Amino acid sequence: MQTTASQVPGPAIHVQGLLKSYKKLEVLRGVDFDVARGSIFALLGSNGAGKTTVVNILSTLLKADAGTASVNDFDIVAHAADVRQSISLTGQFAAVDEILSGRENLVLVARLRHLQAPGVIADALLARFSLTDAAARRVSTYSGGMRRRLDIAMSLIGNPPVIFLDEPTAGLDPQGRLDVWQAVKELAGQGTTVLLTTQYLDEAEQLADRIAILHGGRIIVNGTLAELKQKLPPVKVEYVEKQPTLEDVFLAMVGDDGKNDDAGDDRSGGTRN
Amino acid sequence: MTKHFLGDTAVLLGRSLRHIARSPDTIITTTIMPISLLLLFVYVFGGAIKSGSHSYVDYLLPGILLITIASGISYTAFRLFLDMKSGIFERFQSMPIARSSVLWAHVLTSLVANLISLLVVVLVALLMGFRSGAGVLPWLAVAGILILFTLALTWIAVIPGLTAKSADGVSAFSYPLIFLPFISSAFVPTDTMPGPVRAFADYQPVTYVINAIRDLYTQRPVGTGIWIALAWCVGILIVAHLFARVIYRRRIAW
Repeated sequence: MQTTASQVPGPAIHVQGLLKSYKKLEVLRGVDFDVARGSIFALLGSNGAGKTTVVNILSTLLKADAGTASVNDFDIVAHAADVRQSISLTGQFAAVDEILSGRENLVLVARLRHLQAPGVIADALLARFSLTDAAARRVSTYSGGMRRRLDIAMSLIGNPPVIFLDEPTAGLDPQGRLDVWQAVKELAGQGTTVLLTTQYLDEAEQLADRIAILHGGRIIVNGTLAELKQKLPPVKVEYVEKQPTLEDVFLAMVGDDGKNDDAGDDRSGGTRN
Repeated sequence: MTKHFLGDTAVLLGRSLRHIARSPDTIITTTIMPISLLLLFVYVFGGAIKSGSHSYVDYLLPGILLITIASGISYTAFRLFLDMKSGIFERFQSMPIARSSVLWAHVLTSLVANLISLLVVVLVALLMGFRSGAGVLPWLAVAGILILFTLALTWIAVIPGLTAKSADGVSAFSYPLIFLPFISSAFVPTDTMPGPVRAFADYQPVTYVINAIRDLYTQRPVGTGIWIALAWCVGILIVAHLFARVIYRRRIAW
């Protein structure tokens, strides 16, 4: 994992005063946040809160009306090409080519990132994301979870230091969600900075080092899970019979195919170290 | 970034060509209508049409070729539209590639697909008795005009491909283009048409292109018409290209 600008290691993502309107609709009304290098940052918000708009601006797909932002120390407007070299984006809908096979998709991205030995890179990722058996099949035959795994695998090609995941588990079954969570944790473990957006509170709770809530076009809270919890009224102690959740039942009945090492009965959800 | 333009375009062209190779039905559906028209006009209406050529298929072919291109480019728009709708377009645009290569790959794919379709239609015409005594040079000139015409129409197709809201809307633009050869010298000489229709038919670009192609392969002098045909093609190409670029830049926040 090489970080390109090593002289002044500022935050991996720095956002200040971001404004964006679509015609009369003000989506972002002054968004500020920083994301530390190697951390997982969750942008939490309901549908239409502007999470995707933030991600699209940071990945140079959209121009902000005002404000500044830098990614990996590159200004997103002045050094857009360097930003694109530093990031990868996994959008809300799996950005895969349906007509190509899984392997061809990976090779395609490796070629477009101008890497040596695209075939070797593709095979390694297929193995890592348990897609080797499906490698030669057209993506149109993949399940939602496989598609997402391929999508994320495509985003890892070239080891970009910053990864944007826009609602990475939307529309996935519970097993697919756990697979994605596992992949995200591994990434951050290797020093990659991850900015993920989600509307699932438990997802932010499970994965993120810091959580920011985007509401009404602004970040209304930003902190670690513990800090956010302190802002709430004091804890009440109640005795509740611990019933298995439907998710526990579902996963126990279906089994987890051995794909997830920590996804068995012990999913207490301790934060990564 | 532009240093990767050629390489990136080649990679993306490979991707789209693979799409075509895996769904050859786009070539088949592109050629079905022109071939049907060819059969219909030669074997059903042709006997009653006085074209002045000794063989009606010889007269008809250029118009059919232009109709082939006009129906082929609706797939160009459709393929681009699909990329825009699926996340793959945004993935490409967020990667360190030459951004214009995404568009150029579609344009070149359109050219390749249309040339294949044209070849299929010409082969069918040959089976139906189309013959030309023209040598290599006139045929190269015909190929050149067809390529230029395809590129001009392709850049027109890029505009709905980038802007369309629905899959139906994206191909609707090609209907008038397919219809245009009917009011030209494609099927019948224009001199039997009533005044205003004839005026339109005589001066619209399709007539110039058709006459130039026909004169080339029947070894008649092409006159100034061919230059007007080329000027139309280049003019449409440039204007459509500029429009498409502006729309593209707006779409990708260049």
